[in-house]
Amino acid sequence: MKMIIAIIRPERLEAVEEALGAVLDEGDHYRITIDTVEGRGRQEGEVELFRGQQVRVRNVQKTRITICVNDAYVEKTIAAIQRGARTEPGGAVGDGKIFVMPLDEVVRIRTGERGSTAV
Amino acid sequence: MEASVAAPVFDAGSTAWMLTSSALVLLMVPGLALFYGGMVRRKNVLTTMMMSFVAMALIGVQWVLVGYALAFGQSRGGFIGWDPALVALSGIDMNRAYSDKGIPELVFVMFQGKFAIITPALISGAVAERMRFRSYLVFTVVWATLIYCPLAHWVWAADGWLFARGVLDFAGGTVVHIAAGVSALVLALMLGPRRDFKRAAILPNNLVLTLTGAGLLWFGWFGFNAGSAVAVEHPAGATAGLAFTTTQSAAAAAGLSWMLMERWHHGKVTSLGLASGFVAGLVVVTPAAGHVRPLWALVMGAVASVVCYWAVQLKNRFDYDDSLDAFGVHGVGGIVGALLTGVFCFTPVQGLLDGDAAQLGKQALGVAVAIVFAGGGTFLIASVLKATLGLRATEQEERDGQDLHVHGERGYHFDQT
Repeated sequence: MKMIIAIIRPERLEAVEEALGAVLDEGDHYRITIDTVEGRGRQEGEVELFRGQQVRVRNVQKTRITICVNDAYVEKTIAAIQRGARTEPGGAVGDGKIFVMPLDEVVRIRTGERGSTAV
Repeated sequence: MEASVAAPVFDAGSTAWMLTSSALVLLMVPGLALFYGGMVRRKNVLTTMMMSFVAMALIGVQWVLVGYALAFGQSRGGFIGWDPALVALSGIDMNRAYSDKGIPELVFVMFQGKFAIITPALISGAVAERMRFRSYLVFTVVWATLIYCPLAHWVWAADGWLFARGVLDFAGGTVVHIAAGVSALVLALMLGPRRDFKRAAILPNNLVLTLTGAGLLWFGWFGFNAGSAVAVEHPAGATAGLAFTTTQSAAAAAGLSWMLMERWHHGKVTSLGLASGFVAGLVVVTPAAGHVRPLWALVMGAVASVVCYWAVQLKNRFDYDDSLDAFGVHGVGGIVGALLTGVFCFTPVQGLLDGDAAQLGKQALGVAVAIVFAGGGTFLIASVLKATLGLRATEQEERDGQDLHVHGERGYHFDQT
């Protein structure tokens, strides 16, 4: 099992969800957690105008999605996120990042199921 | 009951319009609260809005108790009004007419009272996010009593000494905007800048509020300016129509002019810029509304935006923190408006444009008197406050935001279900 966390542009969320649905929905809907976050990468914030002054805002608003999947689905998920989140054509600085990490345990609170059946 | 004199004849149209105008001017106070409230950081949104709202409570009482008596009571040498019978308005019978204008005096009292309420609230834009709230409350009442009431008497009362010298101030360019703007600058200088001024990004929490506020201000301003025709005509009609038209014209031209300035200077037209342009245009036309033709109102609006646009940049050059540009827009716009009134006026007297330079001189006198009196008076009041209550919020209050410390509330709980 892996936990996949991706930081994407907020406006790409819809495209990412569509791409994920295409590879993960097999008679069942995939699970996802979505947060609004802020931070900075190579895009390094953005410039706003306030009262004729340029103000550099250090952090940019991004969307963070968290998905946990069984090993067989890891590559498909990564590919789908990349497909949905990359701006046309060929991507741009600020498109985001995908982090993949091992997942020790999953527990479904309602039933107590554990591991791959609970993901 | 007093022996009834011949029952006064009220003009229904004028009375209805003045009641409406009074309500419109009061609406400018929440408008101002939104305008200012949107521009500060989230942690200070309530205190900033409260600084406008409390004026409705404080001056709403002060005006009825003594404010009207001081501003419009029997003149004492042209310098201050006073009439014991006007205290708490107790001597004003509901049937008593105001002068020969065909409206009940109580309606006039209320109309003028709204001006007295919004004027000190304008000052709050310069002290936002750092003035001690308690001191602000005391300042507001003392300033309204010792600065606003005398100035209103000098300029607007029939026996006021500036009025007698022919200074024109149709709806308050001098009494309201110069007085508030200059006082704002003095307070900003005495307070010192916010600790994050030029150190960290200070960004507005919600420009949507600011734009909403600008819209309400414009709407209310029709009462402010077109309502002020009550001083010169009975029944309300032609002058009110002129003032309404010039108000609309100047605001529009000023908004357009600010947009073009920004486009040229920064390559972008900002929403705050357009809103500021509207306000600058409304300020500049205030002293002139019933005195100039619409074409010249357009010119005044356009000029006001250019001047105010550069005036709000001065604070960055000279390091004073006029947080929300109370001086840059109201002070500077008020001065420009008062002087241009002397250039473009055609009724009841002619200005420089028609070859008569005398009015411009009178306008300059009014401007100079307002600057010295309001600036000096504010310095004295604030000096006393500084030595007693203290002017500035504590550093902890400023870091955390005043909302939580002063009011025990936060403006937004959007993340709560």
